[in-house]
Amino acid sequence: MARLIIMGGGVAGHTTATFAKKWLGNDHEVVVVTPNSQWNWIPSNIWVGVGQMTKKDVVFPLAPVYKKAGIDFRQALATEIHPNGKADDDTPYLVISSTEEGKEGQTEELTYDYLVNATGPKLNFDATEGLGDGQGGLSGHTVSVCTADHAVHANDELQQIFEKAKAGERQKILVGTGHGMCTCQGAAFEYIFNIEHEARKANIRDMLDIKWISNESFLGDFGMGGLHMKVGGYAVSSKLFAESLYAERNVEWIIGAHTSKVEDGKIEYELLDGTMHEETFDFAMLIPPFAGVGLKAYDKDGSDMTDTLFAPNGFMKVDAKYDAGAYENWKASDWPVTYQNPTYDNIFAAGIAFAPPHLISKPMSSPNGTPINPTPPRTGMPAGIIGKAVAISICDIIKKGKDAELHKASMAHMGAACVASAGKGIFTGTAAAMTVYPVVPDFEKYPGTGRDTDYTFGEIGLAGHWIKHILHHMFIYKAKLKPAWTLIPE
Amino acid sequence: MKHEEVNFQNEQFNLTMIPGSFARKMRTNIIWQFFRFMVINIKMLIVVSKSH
Repeated sequence: MARLIIMGGGVAGHTTATFAKKWLGNDHEVVVVTPNSQWNWIPSNIWVGVGQMTKKDVVFPLAPVYKKAGIDFRQALATEIHPNGKADDDTPYLVISSTEEGKEGQTEELTYDYLVNATGPKLNFDATEGLGDGQGGLSGHTVSVCTADHAVHANDELQQIFEKAKAGERQKILVGTGHGMCTCQGAAFEYIFNIEHEARKANIRDMLDIKWISNESFLGDFGMGGLHMKVGGYAVSSKLFAESLYAERNVEWIIGAHTSKVEDGKIEYELLDGTMHEETFDFAMLIPPFAGVGLKAYDKDGSDMTDTLFAPNGFMKVDAKYDAGAYENWKASDWPVTYQNPTYDNIFAAGIAFAPPHLISKPMSSPNGTPINPTPPRTGMPAGIIGKAVAISICDIIKKGKDAELHKASMAHMGAACVASAGKGIFTGTAAAMTVYPVVPDFEKYPGTGRDTDYTFGEIGLAGHWIKHILHHMFIYKAKLKPAWTLIPE
Repeated sequence: MKHEEVNFQNEQFNLTMIPGSFARKMRTNIIWQFFRFMVINIKMLIVVSKSH
């Protein structure tokens, strides 16, 4: 009997665990180690953040689902990987620290045959002075929608702003990225337009100054270097459509910005031209940069070998080309295909936890040397597809032997469907429905724009909102492993 | 002044495009959006199928 341990129970980890258990059955053991007791459909957090959904709508407890599936669920934080085992035993093992109520901090060693790192990111608030509290949490000067609890707090704060606006007090709202190396601009994009939509519904739009701040060098970059799509017979850049939406909704923007300091009601930021500025706010939602979760790796003799498994940013090394060099040398083939660790063939990484070879957007920095560019996004669809591909590979190795061919799922050969809400309402809502193919542009295959413009498109409308709402229910249904869950694609 | 022309007064918005009343109405027109719902779903399914 082989034991597969998956660290993390988000989109990638949950997908890997549930498919692996389905395919391996009771002949092998599947263990999920995650510090969270609940699964969160993160894309809907933005609706919690504007009071259009409750926390209960976007989370569900993991334990009963894993019990039903026959997956061993450990509510704990993985802290150490020992890929070579101990001095007297070669069996690799993990050290986990319980987060379960009443057992907090209790450690345990778990041996494994195969290990998948799907921890997702650490929300690195402390990377920006004043954005974090110095202990990994939010400082309180701004809000976040990265977790369901953060979104609940964000809505509480937002409603106070709306009350002040209703009372005739003009309010200033700032939404965007809290660091020059952030990703996940899409979540901030959704949040700012949902706030704007709710403000119009509440007849207080005229009382709000809403402003966007981002590390993108142009609106519509989204960490993917933007995208080109065919609209009305033209092939056009996402820049034009993003700017159009901001202009239509009267949302001013600051781009190419590295937020360097956050204080109560004020941020300081540096622009790509090296100049320093300040912006005041009454309410701000700033996305933090992501980092690896801080897992450590140790050799048999106890020596630290974290840098063998992990890149300096804390994400796990996989089969990517990490020495591609300058931007001019970047190729689609730099991106990982199997997500297997190059040193240990029984370790894989899926979703946000793998270390990308480099950015997708063009790297930029200010004359002061501050890098200001979005890092690569790894949204739900690629995370799910990668998680499933890793599950297939490990199941094949277990069933067919070490020489089994690994499943491939390169982001340079994979598309992504993305629906970005711009306001909720069954008849009044809108969302930008987009597809990109492939996620990572391949300028050798598609020399024009790097992508296939027949499969890269975007449009805004009520249909997009309906799709986002249906996806909310569909993916929660799938994650709960309800009948026919495997028929719903990632 | 037409609705779509108001925001062009903001210098930052002056060089982009702003949808007129017809484009904005079609975004929430139930019949048109139901048609677009079908089209977008088909396009997304094609991309999903090419990605697995």
